[in-house]
Amino acid sequence: MVELIVFGCAGVICLGGALGVVVNRNPVHAALSLVATLFGIAVLFIAQEANFLAAVQIIVYAGAIVVLFLFVLMLLGVDRAEDLSIEPIRGQRVAALIIGLGVLALPLLAIASTSGEATGARPTAGVSAADGTSAPADPHHIDKGVADVDQLGESLFTDYLFAFEATSVLLVIAVVGAVVMSRRVKRADLVDDPLVDAATSDEAQDAGAPT
Amino acid sequence: MIAIAQVTPAWYLVLGAMLFSIGSVGLLVRRNPLVMFMCIELMLNAVTLTFVTFSRMLEDVHGQTVVVFVLVVAAAEVVVGLGIIVALLRKEPSATADDLTVLKG
Repeated sequence: MVELIVFGCAGVICLGGALGVVVNRNPVHAALSLVATLFGIAVLFIAQEANFLAAVQIIVYAGAIVVLFLFVLMLLGVDRAEDLSIEPIRGQRVAALIIGLGVLALPLLAIASTSGEATGARPTAGVSAADGTSAPADPHHIDKGVADVDQLGESLFTDYLFAFEATSVLLVIAVVGAVVMSRRVKRADLVDDPLVDAATSDEAQDAGAPT
Repeated sequence: MIAIAQVTPAWYLVLGAMLFSIGSVGLLVRRNPLVMFMCIELMLNAVTLTFVTFSRMLEDVHGQTVVVFVLVVAAAEVVVGLGIIVALLRKEPSATADDLTVLKG
């Protein structure tokens, strides 16, 4: 019963926030609606005993990514309301709705067709139990007595160690790429700078002047 | 009546599917590149919710491990994407996705 109430509240928050992102004309309001959705998903994570991921969800998404969005919106002053009444391509909205309903229908059909079987029983567990031998301990099987962050860390730093290191390389590349992209624009601006123009023309005069 | 009130993992999967479809419709409909990025975040979050649900259904911690990697990739994607958007919007403050026909500056 408690889980039903939690699921209902968090689900309404999630769906309302998601609709707000799509419908809000002002990008800042859309970003704040996104925070509501991310918070609702964090609540659903806690309801499913993924406490560490819920904390990370709040810290990384609400604390970093949405703040990054808001920084860009306010730094560039592009927080004007978008005119949603014009439709750039004729029939775009209708086509998008049809595609969206199709995207919704496919997983719903899949869930409906397997709802009887998706109980979570692993097929290997049944086989080993039929042999009469004790099932080999699956190291990734969630043990209710151990905190989820312990199991997550063990999985991350043993099986997925290489992938984990690769993500660190990915983050470094992303940071370097972001810095490079902003630097290039600044150099392009410098060309129009009168000080730079004066300096380069002085150099040109010095070089071109007969001795 | 009590059986109806029981929250099964399928409910979470349905919610994830709904969030994903809302995000995809928003990505197709909106023209502001920043809002399009927010819709991509919505879709990523729907997928992470689905992964956590499967992790609970199968009682397997791998689903939660994948969510960590999705988070990292989403952060890297947002950093690079916002860098491109900043470079675009500095030149043309009212740029929409229609103006993103070439990435060349």
